[in-house]
Amino acid sequence: MNRNTVKAALIRSIPVMAGYIVLGTGFGILLRGAGYGLPWAFAMSLFIYAGSLQYVGASMLASGASLLTGILTSIMVNARHLFYSISMIGRYRDAGRFKPYMIFGLTDEVYTLLVGGEVPEGAEPQAYRFLVTLFCHSYWVTGSVLGSALGTVLPFSTEGIEFSMTALFIAAFTGQWLESRDHIPALTGLLCTLVCRILFGPGRFLIPAMLLITAVLTLLRHRMEDTAEESQ
Amino acid sequence: MPMRIHAALLVAIMSAVTILLRFLPFLIWSGRRKTPKYILYLGRVLPPAIIGMLVIYCLKDITFSAAPFGLPELIAGVCVVLLQALRRNSLLSILGGTILYMFLVQVIF
Repeated sequence: MNRNTVKAALIRSIPVMAGYIVLGTGFGILLRGAGYGLPWAFAMSLFIYAGSLQYVGASMLASGASLLTGILTSIMVNARHLFYSISMIGRYRDAGRFKPYMIFGLTDEVYTLLVGGEVPEGAEPQAYRFLVTLFCHSYWVTGSVLGSALGTVLPFSTEGIEFSMTALFIAAFTGQWLESRDHIPALTGLLCTLVCRILFGPGRFLIPAMLLITAVLTLLRHRMEDTAEESQ
Repeated sequence: MPMRIHAALLVAIMSAVTILLRFLPFLIWSGRRKTPKYILYLGRVLPPAIIGMLVIYCLKDITFSAAPFGLPELIAGVCVVLLQALRRNSLLSILGGTILYMFLVQVIF
């Protein structure tokens, strides 16, 4: 693992740093409020490493939700990870010894960092992807532990800093839009999700949206493969 | 069952289900057998679609019928798009958009 690789991975992961530390801190505080202290925050962020599920998880722990509820909620909240893995099969094919950890650490943000931008010049591709995953994971764990240890919000107002995650996705969306000629997949994702958000409300639109996106892209397959061949 | 043991089991379940969801496609389609063409196709067209989905997912709680009418998100979002289009530097776009958003929600709205 050369220095260029470490440096490139660190720079690539910086946009996630602030968001993960602050959202992680929020989680640590929430979990402490629910009656579970530092070891719990540390273990959950280390072994689950999925932001929205951990937030829901804090309230499940507080209310003593049943194990079946735990299973169903985890599936509902995290089903989208199936998507990430499907589109990383090719990229992670020869990741070797790094592969299990890279799959484990494939969060929304890590996915967005790694699926878009090319691997920087002079960096070893798989080691670079491994390190981006590792750095992001460490920000998340650090934030959670910090929040649990402090138990209160930071002395200055961080209100609105969670927008850094939204900004990350908007920047990635814009970047790939400018770089690709076929905008149908991007529009499909945007519009199908918007339609489902309107139809199903903010609580339960994600799984219908995933199904709709898959259905539309499947129906468009022949058309898309034809255009891909023409442009080659 | 004692509360703490039940909680530990819940944590273990959340971890196991999440790991399973992340590994499942790799377990099914990345072995020695050839990955089906359909899955390769999905792998190629899904990324832009998923990122579009995540943008909406992040903005899911905005209401346009009550103050501030989603304006902070709209203004900061447009700023991110413009910065990204003009400078092509993700770090700059994200930082600029976030600082603007924090200013908007803390000071203006």
